[in-house]
Amino acid sequence: MADRISRHDVAHVAWLARLELGDEELERFTTQLADVLDYAAEVEALNLDGVPATSHPYPVGNVLRDDVPEPGLDRAEVLAQAPETEAGQFRVPPVRGEAP
Amino acid sequence: MTAAPAAAIAAAVRAGERSASSAVQESLAAIAAGGELGAFNAVTAEAALARAEAIDSAVAAGEDPGPLAGVPVALKDNICTRGTPTTCSSRILDGWEPPYDATVVDLLNAAGAVVVGKTNMDEFAMGSSTENSAFGPTRNPHDPARVPGGSSGGSAAAVAGGLTTLALASDTGGSIRQPAALCGIVGMKPTYGRVSRYGLVAFASSLDQIGPMACTVADAALLYSVIAGHDPRDSTSIPEPVGDLNGALAGDVDGLRVGVVSELCGEGIDADVLARLESAAGALASAGAEVGEVSVPAAVFGLSAYFLIAPAEASSNLARYDGVRYGLRVAAPGATDMNVATRTAGFGDEVKRRIMLGTFALSAGYYDAYYGKALKVRTLVTRDFAAAYERFDVLLAPTSPTVAFRLGERTANPLAMYLSDVCTVASNLAGHPAISVPFGSGADGLPVGVQVMAPALGEDVMFRTAAALERLLPATASTHSAGAVTKGTAP
Amino acid sequence: MLTRTKLFSASLNSFGGEPNSHIDSVCLGLPGTLPVLNRHAVELAMRVGLALGAEVRPSIFARKNYYYPDMPKNYQISQYDRPINVGGSLELPSGKVVGTVRAHLEEDTGKSTHVGGAGRIDDAAWSLVDYNRAGVPLLEIVSHPDLRSAAEAREYVTELRATLLAVGASDGKMEEGSLRVDANISVRPLGSAEFGTRCEVKNVNSLRSLGRALEYEARRQIDLLSSGERVTQETRHWNEDTGRTSPLRSKEEATDYRYFPEPDLVPLVPDPAWIERVRAELPLLPRQRRHRLAAATGQPPARLALVVERGQDELALETTEAGADPEAVLKHLEQNLADGTGRLTAAGLAGLITMEQSGELTSNQVKEVLAEMVTSGESPATVARRAGFEAVGAGELAGVVDRIIAEHPAEWQRLRAGDDRERKKMQGFFTGQVMRATKGQANGRDVAALLADRAGS
Ligand SMILES: [Mg+2]
Ligand SMILES: [Zn+2]
Repeated sequence: MADRISRHDVAHVAWLARLELGDEELERFTTQLADVLDYAAEVEALNLDGVPATSHPYPVGNVLRDDVPEPGLDRAEVLAQAPETEAGQFRVPPVRGEAP
Repeated sequence: MTAAPAAAIAAAVRAGERSASSAVQESLAAIAAGGELGAFNAVTAEAALARAEAIDSAVAAGEDPGPLAGVPVALKDNICTRGTPTTCSSRILDGWEPPYDATVVDLLNAAGAVVVGKTNMDEFAMGSSTENSAFGPTRNPHDPARVPGGSSGGSAAAVAGGLTTLALASDTGGSIRQPAALCGIVGMKPTYGRVSRYGLVAFASSLDQIGPMACTVADAALLYSVIAGHDPRDSTSIPEPVGDLNGALAGDVDGLRVGVVSELCGEGIDADVLARLESAAGALASAGAEVGEVSVPAAVFGLSAYFLIAPAEASSNLARYDGVRYGLRVAAPGATDMNVATRTAGFGDEVKRRIMLGTFALSAGYYDAYYGKALKVRTLVTRDFAAAYERFDVLLAPTSPTVAFRLGERTANPLAMYLSDVCTVASNLAGHPAISVPFGSGADGLPVGVQVMAPALGEDVMFRTAAALERLLPATASTHSAGAVTKGTAP
Repeated sequence: MLTRTKLFSASLNSFGGEPNSHIDSVCLGLPGTLPVLNRHAVELAMRVGLALGAEVRPSIFARKNYYYPDMPKNYQISQYDRPINVGGSLELPSGKVVGTVRAHLEEDTGKSTHVGGAGRIDDAAWSLVDYNRAGVPLLEIVSHPDLRSAAEAREYVTELRATLLAVGASDGKMEEGSLRVDANISVRPLGSAEFGTRCEVKNVNSLRSLGRALEYEARRQIDLLSSGERVTQETRHWNEDTGRTSPLRSKEEATDYRYFPEPDLVPLVPDPAWIERVRAELPLLPRQRRHRLAAATGQPPARLALVVERGQDELALETTEAGADPEAVLKHLEQNLADGTGRLTAAGLAGLITMEQSGELTSNQVKEVLAEMVTSGESPATVARRAGFEAVGAGELAGVVDRIIAEHPAEWQRLRAGDDRERKKMQGFFTGQVMRATKGQANGRDVAALLADRAGS
């Protein structure tokens, strides 16, 4: 059932995840991911009609913080961690295109 | 194996009978001597010694440094420490020093513990062997040709090898319990939300929990009670107070209802491991527990949901490593190219695999079939456990289907590696506490762990059972069980 | 939104400042950090929802995944399939009701500046990122496709802005980005029931731009369709300088945000008591204030929008309640008090209107007195007396009228014998002469009455 995920799918998700794959990697990852998805497909036998989704293991609700400022981070300390900075900002290679 | 348990060290330090400095020096010497294990990514000797001296001065001044006074503790390298690199054993965090301490680090400090260093792990906690580390693998102290388990192999090896008394680690699908089992120590995953995740570099947020590793159940409980509790910085933190565990550790198991998970005591579990499980069940029965078998189908099929939920969350959690604000940057002409070049060079294969798997599970057209379904399966896992806990107080299962395997044995086959977590992931999906207790040895004399699972907030009964097993172990010397468990037919 | 701190962390939510001076570990998305929701942001969102008549529902946060350097985590925490506010509507001054689909909470991104090249994004040499804005709470309000013209769109945004200001949710400053508009527009042939293909226009930074951008975009789409071409659904960028929209460059074949529930946050479940407490804090909304004034003045709400917008409706109500003629009250507020009412009181304005209508003051004098009352807060009588505005007495005025009639016999003849138009013209002539003779102190209505009397009509 290696058709659970195609090479094209893997190339596409690699792009979405900002990863680049060589030909050999694309081949290998496609096979490996298909194996895992095959295993995961076990659950197809389960009847999930009407079963609600669980995204939190422990039920807690309305966790809120008061709107009170606290000292932030020292800019110099933060920028010291950055690969490249300029004029108090993070410098990056040119961004092509606006945010979606 | 190691010297005194944490409780004894702390008691002696608090009483002024021994110095924190000596305890820390011993640990640092052991770490230096055990370098070939590859357990540590960083040893913070200077800071540790300075802190030990401060503790000694405090004791001399009549102050009480706290319940972990002078106890050396190692931290898995995904727990943030201010001013000390936190790498997650990944190239992508190259050079990054967090500007803050994790909440658990604050709590350790407040309890008088001394952090001696950061331990090796599978990159971003993704793995079951600690071979997926950018800094090389960690080796099992019982056999250097074998893996220590993972992803918290560095912490497990550090404790098992006597390099440090205690360690903190994180468990997303078994990453504390499985290496604890493979290294022959105690490792515990708390109820989801019991221990703050603030400062734990996320792998899969709805599954991750920090927990203790120690040589004894009592030490694990001691470390757990120091780090457990509500944290306003973690929205998923549980507000209910944590109870005192001392009673639990001394309590007996007379009348305790113990369910052995039938799905985890048959196919897929090595015979030597099963033998130790049966032996443990028999020991509990002989101590007065009502031991029976219980079917928890979710204990096994949960693994498929885990394969989708954990990578999905990871794909999003790890999106921030893009070369802009911290860590590695690989130069490229445009911002997007730079993101791609950085991530491609910075992540290892296993991390890439999981990011892609998770991205796929969430992507348009596949969400319902994969991620959406996995969330429903998660509900079934919880229901299955709830049904089992109507009849039993705790559940018993192996921690790992095998003893420690050889380095390189499973690296070529990711699925085989993932199956190492078959016994442990269900507790993460349900958010329940579980502990692995060493219970003798299996093939090649390697350690075998037995897992005690309990319902949410059931740490008390979980520790009670674990402590009983620890006490009962000497009485069950051989690798053969008392035969208390009647084999059921797994569905 | 007008909070002191960010949506999920405690650094300052404030406009401007040195780059990267309002940042913390959480809003920077540093590894290991976790978001904690700002209660005040939630309550402001609830206020807006309640003001729109939306249903405030249990909600959850989701992650919207996409890469952009000004987004610290490369995902935005937003509300997706379970937003806090669902439904609702906004009634415009015209009476038109615009439906709202939802109003949900989300965090803002940082800000990128593109350096080098011609300052245009696509040929910048590098970019700089400031995260001060990252994590600032936003409320995204989505309307139904109920607006039919650029003017209506402006009216909608104006009313929405007034409502946001009223409930204290936002300062509404479009130029500072605290109110942003993404406008979707489509065109369709007259009589067609189905909407055409829409485009989304971004970078609209003022009400004026909104009108211009929509006018331009509508024309562009009409031109396309008229020449047999098709409109492509896309996001377009409004360029203020060129007055045109242009398609946003998009590298990805399709955007796939991979939304999923944010595991680091727990559900938000406002109970009825909480909702009612927030509702009780709501001030009167612009719509309610227009209707209240409409009831008191008998005027349509549309006319009252300006007075309400200027915040003069309270004064208008009190002045009317003090017995003043509503029409006169509104006329003064609309025409003479555009710059504010200062220290003017309801009693003062009512008194002034009485003096005006009894003929004690001419309309020019009223204006002067009113201006003085705005600054000094004194009564109209006090101001008028000090200015020497004593109305010309009735006997004195009759003498002046008779003298001027005598001085202009030809004109007088034309007034008496002319047609309607001629008579009106000459009435104006004689009124003017009388006003000049009395230095404007005569009451216009009295002059008219005297002229009519003398003409025997
Ligand atoms: Mg949005
Ligand atoms: Zn594609």
